[in-house]
Amino acid sequence: MNPREAAAAVVDPEIRVLTIDELGILRSVDEDPATGRVVVTITPTYTGCPAMDVIRADIRRALTAAGHPDVEVRTVHAPAWSTDWISESGRAKLAAAGIAPPQPVRPAGVVPLTLSVRCPRCGSPETEQLSHFGSTACKALWRCRSCSEPFDHLKAL
Amino acid sequence: MSERTPFEFTLSLGDDALIAAQRLAEWTTRAPEMEEDIALANIALDQLGAARLLLTYAGELEGAGRDEDALAYLRDDRQFRNCLLVELPNGDFAVTMAKLLFLSAYQLPLYTALAECADERLAAIGSKTRKESAYHLDHASLWVKRLGDGTEESHRRMQAAVDQVWPYVAELFAADPGAPVDPATLRAEFDATVAAVLTEATLTRPETGWAPAGGRDGVHTEHLSYLLAEMQVLHRAHPGAQW
Repeated sequence: MNPREAAAAVVDPEIRVLTIDELGILRSVDEDPATGRVVVTITPTYTGCPAMDVIRADIRRALTAAGHPDVEVRTVHAPAWSTDWISESGRAKLAAAGIAPPQPVRPAGVVPLTLSVRCPRCGSPETEQLSHFGSTACKALWRCRSCSEPFDHLKAL
Repeated sequence: MSERTPFEFTLSLGDDALIAAQRLAEWTTRAPEMEEDIALANIALDQLGAARLLLTYAGELEGAGRDEDALAYLRDDRQFRNCLLVELPNGDFAVTMAKLLFLSAYQLPLYTALAECADERLAAIGSKTRKESAYHLDHASLWVKRLGDGTEESHRRMQAAVDQVWPYVAELFAADPGAPVDPATLRAEFDATVAAVLTEATLTRPETGWAPAGGRDGVHTEHLSYLLAEMQVLHRAHPGAQW
């Protein structure tokens, strides 16, 4: 397997239905043809994301298993990760896993509160935000008023 | 305050975030409802993330071989450069929200300006952290409005909290013309943001009178020493220990 494919197949440890490629945090994979050394560049979703160490370890493990033991994982912060980088397949997988995908990002400033998020279970737009913050740094907690189920929403960033 | 080096400027921003993170984390398992427990822990985590980036960079600017852990765990109170606002005790929930409102209304324009500054590392950090600060400001604003424009009791306590914390705001905007972003230039946006929230919350902005300062020079309230004792005890007892 080439290094790009191996790194792209690593799943996010907190949202295990998505690969780091679909989540948009895999920025580049470069192999030096002379030495075989692979440099993988990733960016965090949130500055304090506790999953980053696990992701770095998983990338090294995946590349070693694919025959590329000489791996360097670099972390960059600019340009800052945006939920707009989540792929279409990633959005579909989030919804299928009961996590409402993010809306397109609004201009900078205070986040508007009047956005409607569709319930990922029953599809109803009759939902309400319970908290800006959820089970991980990238999610908010919502509830559906139609089917009464609480659900996670990957908040636009 | 004397003119600060790039190291001291970066250190002060990192210390603001680190001490704010430690204080906010004290709410874990103690918040008034579970959603709020999660929210405050998340905001603390964001602040800790910003602190790690800023302290790592500060250590590189200093060039003395200190990494983020050495700066966080092996300095005494007089060597910390955080503003007094973040080290103040949490008080009741209203005091915590007043502190968070003022801190985030300061950090958001600060990080936004940093994102455009000439220092590439600080610009990268600012471009990342400003997005998170917008959520913190939004969260604090919602609570201040809800409590201020709530019951007679919640209004009374929210106003008391604003009055108690307000004097510590002045220190945030002390001029530092040599810095990548001069904090004094952020004051107008801060005032506009806070005025809008307080008005909607039916709260009154206090007059600025007594304005304690000293945090940027390492002169702190007694509260910081206790906070550091708890934060640093494990690292100092077991130097170099890893999970």
